[in-house]
Amino acid sequence: MNVSFTVNGKRVAVDTDPTRPLLEVLREDLALTGTKYGCGEGQCRACTVLMDGRPVTSCLTPVRAAAGKSVTTIESLAGGGALHPVQQAFVEEGAMQCGYCVPGMVLRTVALLRDKPHPSDREIEDGLNGSLCRCCGYPNIVAAVRRASAAGAGKESSDADRA
Amino acid sequence: MRIEPERYELFEAPAYTFTLDRREFLGVAGVLVTLTFTGEAHAQTTPAGARIHVGDNGIVTVLTGKVEVGQGARTEVAMAVAEEMGVALDNVRVVMADTSLAPNDGITAGSRTTPSTIPAVRKAAAAARGVLPAGSVKPVKDWTVLGKPHHRIDAREIVTGAHQYPSDIRRPGMLYGSVLRAPAYAATLASADIEAGRKIEGAVVVRDGDFIGCAAPTSHAARQAVDAIAKTAQWKTAAHPASKDLFEYLKAHRSTSRQPREQTRGSVEPALAEPAKKLSGVYRVPYIQHAPMEPRAAVAEWSDGSVTVWTGTQNPFGVRDQLAQAFRIPASRVRVIVPDSGGGFGGKHTGEVAIEAARIAKEAGKPVCLRWTRQEEFTWAYFRPAGLFEIEASLDAGGRIAAWDFTNYNAGTAGIATPYATPNVRTRFVYCDSPLREGSYRGIAATANNFARECFIDELAAAAGADPLEFRLANLDDARMRGVLEAAAREFGWERRAKTAGIACGTEKGSYVAACAAVRAEGGRVHVDELVMAFECGAILNPANLRAQIEGSIIQGMGGALSEEMLFENGKLLNGKFAQYRVPRFRDVPAKMRVIMVNRPDLASAGAGETPIIAVAPAIANALFAATGARRRALPLRA
Repeated sequence: MNVSFTVNGKRVAVDTDPTRPLLEVLREDLALTGTKYGCGEGQCRACTVLMDGRPVTSCLTPVRAAAGKSVTTIESLAGGGALHPVQQAFVEEGAMQCGYCVPGMVLRTVALLRDKPHPSDREIEDGLNGSLCRCCGYPNIVAAVRRASAAGAGKESSDADRA
Repeated sequence: MRIEPERYELFEAPAYTFTLDRREFLGVAGVLVTLTFTGEAHAQTTPAGARIHVGDNGIVTVLTGKVEVGQGARTEVAMAVAEEMGVALDNVRVVMADTSLAPNDGITAGSRTTPSTIPAVRKAAAAARGVLPAGSVKPVKDWTVLGKPHHRIDAREIVTGAHQYPSDIRRPGMLYGSVLRAPAYAATLASADIEAGRKIEGAVVVRDGDFIGCAAPTSHAARQAVDAIAKTAQWKTAAHPASKDLFEYLKAHRSTSRQPREQTRGSVEPALAEPAKKLSGVYRVPYIQHAPMEPRAAVAEWSDGSVTVWTGTQNPFGVRDQLAQAFRIPASRVRVIVPDSGGGFGGKHTGEVAIEAARIAKEAGKPVCLRWTRQEEFTWAYFRPAGLFEIEASLDAGGRIAAWDFTNYNAGTAGIATPYATPNVRTRFVYCDSPLREGSYRGIAATANNFARECFIDELAAAAGADPLEFRLANLDDARMRGVLEAAAREFGWERRAKTAGIACGTEKGSYVAACAAVRAEGGRVHVDELVMAFECGAILNPANLRAQIEGSIIQGMGGALSEEMLFENGKLLNGKFAQYRVPRFRDVPAKMRVIMVNRPDLASAGAGETPIIAVAPAIANALFAATGARRRALPLRA
């Protein structure tokens, strides 16, 4: 069946089995490989995308659940060549080792800072706790979220969601 | 005891018996791959021109057979070239782990990139710049790039999602694969109807011996084809021990083909027979899984009898040879390319997924992408070995260790030698027939050996009525080990906190580590409130990356110390999912975590990705003893 939704501001219609995970459709049908598979059980959040601005685990989201919705993936965050302040903060804090968890971490951070533009360290840890980094680079990621917050990324996040 | 780190890995290569062609004689001997590590010798003799290319545009390209799995090798290699050639870091490109382009620098393991590959790269870069005498490199005091903090040179590609990991590679006409897995360890396929899989639209099915794989235009369809075949499959199961009986099993199943290895100094038996203070203890570590964020993945593409495979492995040239043997073609017809991968931790030394993808792609006549699921990665990737330790030691009248008798069943030999200046020592490693497939891990056996040793040292200190730090210092001659112990103790404030905290140290792969910890027991769980680590690996090449490696080792090590353990029964894992196998999360990071990087510009740089992890579990276990009086001798630690 045909499933229509918006991805990164563009309307797409995919002829597919509607039970396929959104993650698989993004990666295989739409060539958006920035969103990562980590576990297929919603436990690591490497597959995080924003759906109508809310973070979801795309590995557990059947593509039919995206019908009529707006999906934001990591590929659309840097507009016109300039990094999103959250991405910039991850670069400046060296908040990556293998980097495989980073797209999901960045999108979770965008959503977190939109809700809480100036989170405490405890709120950062609580907000991101479900996102796994097996390199265990958590301290630099927390530092990046702090830096993004200080740079006013909360406001930019709201703008990105509306885009 | 000094053993080259890459030679003693417990290692079980993937074994595939492919017929490949029905006309061929059935029953070709199974593929048993024995890896030989010749990379280091090779690296030293690679001519500069094979490593360094200077473009007309001023861009310098450096080639290395090492891979990037998050440990920071790409940036470190670029820094080495920038330093020796006097070019900006932005103008250096690093081509890694392409077996058709790069020199064979050996497997990316054993913390060897820093002490082996970096010097080779620096010499080649110095030679390319025309430095005389040939290849003489800049002394540490003149460094302007090395020794300074640098973040990842490809950070932008990572944060934008543009970097293509092995699982992100796409080729024209590519299909997606899936493989039929046995329902249990030791189960073998009796029968299966592969036509059931062919009913799925667009599906290609291959059966070759016990191997059944499918490919289809989507992963979903490939899984449907495999599921349809799985419903028809009959399996012969076999007895398989349960994790609850593991240690009795290991002791009862000593290897009959490999003799125990033993190292001695002095004579332990008479020393232990003397009427002195004598102690014994038994320690246990379970199997754990690496669980890198990116499970094994490969894209294989055949053309005119040659195959190119993009895959996540720490062993590109080894996997090239495994592919050549599995398909009975010369290695010159195999090209392995390793895009920077989503984590390794010693868990990706083998080429299973590359071989499987190539087998399906050969049948399909199209490129095939095969990505293991998390469940496959938990179940069919090799494990960090479990181990059982029996230790006996005695103290002399002065409270020094007089005899040390250490037997390790199955865990491996890395870090097995005691660093303490004990006159009478016997160290034994007993090979066992492991019920699970085993291989390397971050620090491999050093974590297990150091856990058992450093906890038992603590037991000896308590028996001697000595402060655990003073006891260690009284039994250690090695100035570098004493240095990190004193640095960690000073930062932690050991002197006033000794009665409520734990300490541990260790050395492995040429670097030194010590850690102090303060913990609380709460509701059966251990909470680490504070962990201070001092680490010394000679001259520091990149302090930003070193800090990240140490912090990552501390937190990853807390997983093995406090929660990680593979449970199995009747040939099935009971916790092969992230929902059931708890790895460290943001909230598990100690509220107070401090890292002291001891820089020794006068010493050669040693690798740093592994050794920090070996002090974590014993420091926590010793802190638990100090806090509660309970001596826990098994990982993961329970309060």
